[in-house]
Parts: sequence; C-alpha cells; structure tokens
Amino acid sequence: MSDSVPQDVYAASSVRAENPPVDTSGIRTIVVMALMVIVVALAWEGLKALGSANNYALPIGGATLDFTFVNDTQLPHIAAIFGSFVEPAQRNGPPLAQVLFSASVVTLGRAVSGFVMGAVLGGLLAILFTHSALLQRGLLPYVVASQTVPILAIAPMVVVWMRQAQLPHLAVPVIAAYLTFFPVTIYALRGLTSVPPTSLELMRSYAATPLQILWKLRLPNALPHIFTALKISATASVVGAVIGELPSGLQDGLGGAILNFNQYYVQSPPRLWATIVAAAVVGILFFVVVAVSERIVVRWSRNDSD
Amino acid sequence: MVRRFIPVLLIAMLLMAVVPLSMAQDECAEPIPVRLQLKWVTQAQFAGYYAADAQGYYAEECLEVTILPGGPDIGPQQVVASGGAEFGIDWMGSHLASREQGSGAVAIAQIFERSGMREVTWADSGLETIEDLQGKIVGVWGFGNQWPLYAALVKAGMDPDNTDDVTIYIQPFDMVDFLNRDIDAAAAMTYNEMAQVLEFVGEDGTFPVYTMEDLNVIDLNEVGTAMLEDLVFANEEWLAGETDGVANEEIAIRFLRASFRGWMYCRDNPDDCVQYVLDEGSTLGAGHQAWMMSEINKLIWPSTTGIGILDEAQYATTAEIAETYEVITAAPDEGAVRTDLAQAAFDSLLADMPDLDVYGEEWEAPVVEITPNGE
Repeated sequence: MSDSVPQDVYAASSVRAENPPVDTSGIRTIVVMALMVIVVALAWEGLKALGSANNYALPIGGATLDFTFVNDTQLPHIAAIFGSFVEPAQRNGPPLAQVLFSASVVTLGRAVSGFVMGAVLGGLLAILFTHSALLQRGLLPYVVASQTVPILAIAPMVVVWMRQAQLPHLAVPVIAAYLTFFPVTIYALRGLTSVPPTSLELMRSYAATPLQILWKLRLPNALPHIFTALKISATASVVGAVIGELPSGLQDGLGGAILNFNQYYVQSPPRLWATIVAAAVVGILFFVVVAVSERIVVRWSRNDSD
Repeated sequence: MVRRFIPVLLIAMLLMAVVPLSMAQDECAEPIPVRLQLKWVTQAQFAGYYAADAQGYYAEECLEVTILPGGPDIGPQQVVASGGAEFGIDWMGSHLASREQGSGAVAIAQIFERSGMREVTWADSGLETIEDLQGKIVGVWGFGNQWPLYAALVKAGMDPDNTDDVTIYIQPFDMVDFLNRDIDAAAAMTYNEMAQVLEFVGEDGTFPVYTMEDLNVIDLNEVGTAMLEDLVFANEEWLAGETDGVANEEIAIRFLRASFRGWMYCRDNPDDCVQYVLDEGSTLGAGHQAWMMSEINKLIWPSTTGIGILDEAQYATTAEIAETYEVITAAPDEGAVRTDLAQAAFDSLLADMPDLDVYGEEWEAPVVEITPNGE
C-alpha cells in the first residue's frame, strides 16, 4: 500500500515525458527537415540570382533597393561554402574539413567540461534554493542578474582570474559554465518545487527525511525539467566555449578559426561560413546526445519505479 | 714544506678548472618559466619570438618561454599588470597611456624601428600627399590608431574635426570600403591590409586585380608623424624582484638576447619563420604570412640604432603626438621607458658572438610573390 501512492507521483511526472510536444523520430521528420533545407537553399540562391541579375540594385516602385548583401562576398554560394571544406585550409596543408574537425573536437571538449561544471553548479543551487526560501529570495535575483551581464564583459576577467589561480586551462570551461548553469538552476528549481502538495504531505506523514523527499519525490519530478534545461545548456556551452576561446588567446579551437577567417573574410568568405556550419554541427550533436540520454534516463526512472 | 703544498696546489688547480665547468652545467638545471603576451593572434608580426623558441635561443638562456597569443578582449598591458605574463608586446602610444593610468609598465626594448602604418589612395585619383587629402573622405582606424594620421593632417594645415577641411571616416579592419571606392584614402598596415588589396581576387576569378602601381602610398614615417610600434615591456615591480634566485632584470636581459637573435634569424631565414608561424596557426594563409614576414623585416632592418635599441628622437615624437591628442595628459615620466636592459642584452650578445649582424645594414628585402587571396 505504501508503495502505490509514490507510484502515482511518478506516473504524474512521466506523463509529460511520454508525450513530448513533437514526435522527433521517423521518416516524416527526415522528410520535413530535408524539405526545409531545400526551401532555405532555394531562397538563398534565388535571392543571389535576383540580385546578380539586377546588378545588386533592385528597382522597386520609384526606389532602388540595395541588394549588395547577396553578392558573393557577403553571401557566398552554398556550393562554395561546402566546396571550401575539401579545399586545403593552407597552401600544401590539410583540407579545411580536417582543420575544422580537430578544432571542433577541441572546442567540444571545453564545452563538455563547462556543461558538466554548469550542470553540477546549477543543480546544487536549485537544491539549495528548494530547501531554503531565504536563500532563494536572497540569491535568486543575483543568479538572474548574472545573466544580464554580457558574457563578453565577464570572459576577459575570468581569463585573468584563472591565470592568477594557476588554472588557465579552466578559463574556457568556466566561461561556458557561466552560460550553462542558469537554465539548470531555473528549470531544476521549478521541477523540485512543483511537486503535488498531496505527495509532499504524504511523504511527511511517513516521517520521510528531506533527503528522502529529495531523492524519491522531488528529483524524479524534476527530471523532465532538468533535461529541458540540459538541452538548452548543451548548445549554450558550445557558444560559451567559442566566446571563451577569444580572450583566452586559444587558437586551436573553433573560436580561433572564426577569428582568423573573420579577419581575412574578404579573402575567402566561404571559410567563415564553413566554420559557422561546423560550430552549428557541434552544437546540434551535443544537443542530440543530451536528448538521447533524456529518453534513456527518463525511461529508466519510470521502469525503476514500477 | 713545499711538497706539502703540492697536493693543495693541485687540488686548487683542479678546482679552478672544474668549477667553471660545473657552473656552466648547473647553470641550466631548471629553466626559468616566463610568458610573453602578444598584441594579436599568432602571425608573422611576432615571428621573431617563435623563432627564438624554435631555434632554442630561449633554452640557451635557460628560459622556458610560453608565447601567449592575443586576440580581441586581450590587453597585453592588463595581462602583464595582473601577473598573467612577464613580458608583453604593445605599441608605444597605448603603452604610455596605460603607464599613465598606473599599470607600472616599462618599455624595455623597441623592436620595430619604423612604423608600418600607411595611408593609401588610388593612383588614378592623383592624391599623392597628405596635402592632397584636403576635402576628401579619409579612412582611419579608431581605438587610438588614428593619431599618427591626425598629426599628419594637422601638420598639413587641416583640422581633422572640421569637415570643411577633411572628412574623417572610421574604417573597419578590412579594406572593403576602399576597394568599393566609398572612401578616397584608407589606413593600411604594410604587412596586412595593404597585402589584402594586392591579394584581392575579382568575382570572376581574375588575379591580380590590383598591383602596387594602382596605389599611391603615403608613408607616415616620411611625413614625420609616425608613432613607434611593437616594443617589449615588463612590469617595474616584477623587474625589481627575482625568480628562483635570479634577478628579474637578468631574466629580462636574457629574454631580450634570445628575442633579438630570433629576429635576426627571421631576417636571414624568413621562410623558416613563416613556417613556425603557420605551424601555430593552421587557419592562416601561407602567402599572406610570407608577405607579412617580409614587411615586418622591413620595419626592423636595417636597424640604425641596432636591434632593440630605442631611438630617442622617435620616442620624443611619439610622446609628443600622444600628448597632443590627449592619449596621455602629461609628458611621460622618466620610468616609462628604460634602455639599459636592451643595451646590456645588445652589448653582451656582441661580446659573446662578435659575428652576429645586429644592424643588418646589408640586408635587402627579398621579393615576395603576391598570392591570390593570400593562400
């Protein structure tokens, strides 16, 4: 009998996980995605063709619309962007794809470290706030405020601090963590505190300790929320790592590649675009890994409760 | 009586022979770690330091040098002031400004004798001198890099703030506006932006689109308003201290000795130095870096004062321009630059290696092929 009531609690939380808003699997998804790519590509190349045909000055009514933004410098052909992957990044050097691949691995490594640090910190803060209304009221505004400060202003300071702490290699992960802890704190806090009052009362009536309530009631209830946050954090950590690489002077990652291709943009616009593609792929991969872990973990936690 | 002394004498002689040897061996049991903060990302502008490292010159001085590339948001002055690096590379203008704000930075060696900053116009525009820029749209960079040109305009009787005289346009760090002929003149570093014009490939793949003959180049060194560029600086508090029992001034001298040798190596072996740079930056264009290496060498060699030695007259000009345009509010204090460390490094290098060519009087810039897109 005592087991049946907590089961209902799990059931309540797993309903949300069982019915995600959009089914992201199957052939239909792939077809839709492929269609989207085709539509974007058509619009991209269509605009370029339109601009090129009118010498980048489109007469509309009485006015002339400046269309230089679709010239080859500002918006290279899609074929040129993907073609640049196979061309050498440097005379007699390896192809750009290889250079960007190793840069992506390096940046992903930093992003994952930052992601883990941010997730742990965010989770701990959420647990702290769950158990102390005073701390929540006192500190949460600062957590929110931390995200209104531009990361560009924080990053150079983090680099200086970490150098002084003799931990320069941690600078980029810390900057990535700065971006990633926030969603985890907010979503986990919501998940941990939004337990049904009846369940909470029941747990208390069985004289459950706060730790037991956390482990058996709050955490399972928060799991879907936490995973939503982790998916946001996964992509944010890649952004954080790239931004962090700039003031750290690290040139072996995607940040360094973006910086150099930006400085010499006029000389080869497709390379910067190719680097953007690489950064996007890294972010998407990380997102997918977290999304897959979500399915496994949430299912496991459901099975565990049966 | 005498016999008794013989062993002592022998031992003494032996000691005299062995001690210097063992001292030489002990000299570098543990290299001293120091860090150098560059002003920008790895590129041929800093090749001499990479060469000193790769050629083992730093190791010969018992130093283990870590070269920290710069980038946006990295102020070498801030990094050195906060103890993130022992040495930094900066231009004289921003060095004097940070010195005035209390960074405690001291310039210890002037690497570039000439300024790489130019103002370029199209040859067909007929604009050949600063005076010709009257009434034109003149591109300059912001962030404190505009003062040499401002000083040149004032010298030619124009007020940069008066649009009746000249229209100042703060240009981005690329040459697109100049290539599009939206502006009449553009600021360009010989070793970077100027090459980007020459390396330009037309939309239909034509190359070269522009050669030096298409450009008029106004040299601010000749106008007399150039400001000193790349120098080595350190923090005065650090210089007064010691590391592992070695006076930091001594470490600075050793660092400069090896760095000077690195720059001499890059003068004589530019291809090797370009390769050192490319090895550190896999996304840099090889052709562009080869051009940059050559242009950087031109800023150093031939060296009238000798590598690393500051020219007092040039320093006075730079300080004067900095004060005129309120980069600094008062003349720099005595401690802003010191020449004794570079001089000691220079003299001891010559004493140890009399064959070293520290002036490079005979050096002539090799012809560097312009490559499409700098690849």
